[in-house]
Amino acid sequence: MIGVLLRRDLGLLLPGGRGGGGVLPLLFFLAVAMLYPFAVGPDAQLLARTGGGVIWVAALLAAILPLEKLVAGDLEAGVFDQLHLRGVSEELAMAVRLLAHWLAFAPLLLLATLPAAALLGLTAETTRTVLLGLLAGTPGLAAVGLAVAALTATLRGGAALAGLMVIPLAVPILIFGAGALARPDPGALLLAGAISLGLCALAPFAAGAAIRASREG
Amino acid sequence: MQARLVAKDIACRRGERLLFRGFSLAADPGGAVHVTGANGIGKSSLLRILAGLLRPFTGTVEREGALGLVDERLVLDTNLPLARALAFWEDIDGCRDPGRALEVLQLGPLMDVPVRYLSTGQKKRATLARLINRNCPIWLLDEPLNGLDSQAQKAFEALIALHCQGGGIAVVASHQPIALPAPQTLDLAEYAA
Repeated sequence: MIGVLLRRDLGLLLPGGRGGGGVLPLLFFLAVAMLYPFAVGPDAQLLARTGGGVIWVAALLAAILPLEKLVAGDLEAGVFDQLHLRGVSEELAMAVRLLAHWLAFAPLLLLATLPAAALLGLTAETTRTVLLGLLAGTPGLAAVGLAVAALTATLRGGAALAGLMVIPLAVPILIFGAGALARPDPGALLLAGAISLGLCALAPFAAGAAIRASREG
Repeated sequence: MQARLVAKDIACRRGERLLFRGFSLAADPGGAVHVTGANGIGKSSLLRILAGLLRPFTGTVEREGALGLVDERLVLDTNLPLARALAFWEDIDGCRDPGRALEVLQLGPLMDVPVRYLSTGQKKRATLARLINRNCPIWLLDEPLNGLDSQAQKAFEALIALHCQGGGIAVVASHQPIALPAPQTLDLAEYAA
């Protein structure tokens, strides 16, 4: 059952999948890394010092882009209703979707971080910290995104609102994930990972409750 | 396990409006129920209450047996060919013999066609195939004949008769006449609030 759901969700969300637009967040992410040196000038030292933070902000904003199609389409089509009749709880459907969402967006984002780091002239050490931070932080970003996408799925203009709602909720991940760049201390990364996992545990319940509530509307 | 569907004293409120109240229904194995009434009287809401997707304002629903719902929504991935769109639900339902439904509903030649290119009637037939493949004893059907041509209507009426013969329950909400085996007809207008 879980395998069948995961296969369909991945087919929907992966780049080149049926949902369409899967590559867009990646291009957006790379575009930010490319534009930043144009905007602040070719000061290699400045770029190397601030580049890690820029990658984090770009990753956070790129995580917002796929939210529009994450839940709303299936909710409107009645997929979750039919799954409910088959004894698949909304929480399970959302947990599977969270996994699919992370798989569809995080590994490619981590890969794209390498060219982005090269564009910004980051040192190998900084690049490693950014990669570890993103590995710890992206599950949390995906979880926040899923919960917010489910909450706003039935609203008109929900996608724009979802973007605004994700940003404050993602701030803790950003503070600890990007904070690891300033101090050579693994504690910040561990905290970012802990927040991430906590959010992953909560998100399916929040998103599932949002879907059930939307039926009464 | 015998299938059973009993609803007692159901009232339905949507927003600030009470749609109907005091509605009761009891269906035993082999029973067919035809719920009639004008548009907007609450037939679809009633089916969603019976399905457990909507909480009734008052009253209780007791169900024994798995349940399948067909409403106006397609619930098939529109970008996929019909075969793969149906295969997802066959996998979820653990259906081993999807061929029978396809034959009765004459969907065989359409299996390679992306769902979004199907006509209204063909889409309806596809949703009915999903219902049959589910192989469940309780059918909840919301305007199942909409969009079907007369031949497909007859074929589906025969399928309902077969389903009831086999001990299944069919609850059909429809404003148009439909041939059901010994139906219990309930006019929702009599319960309008």
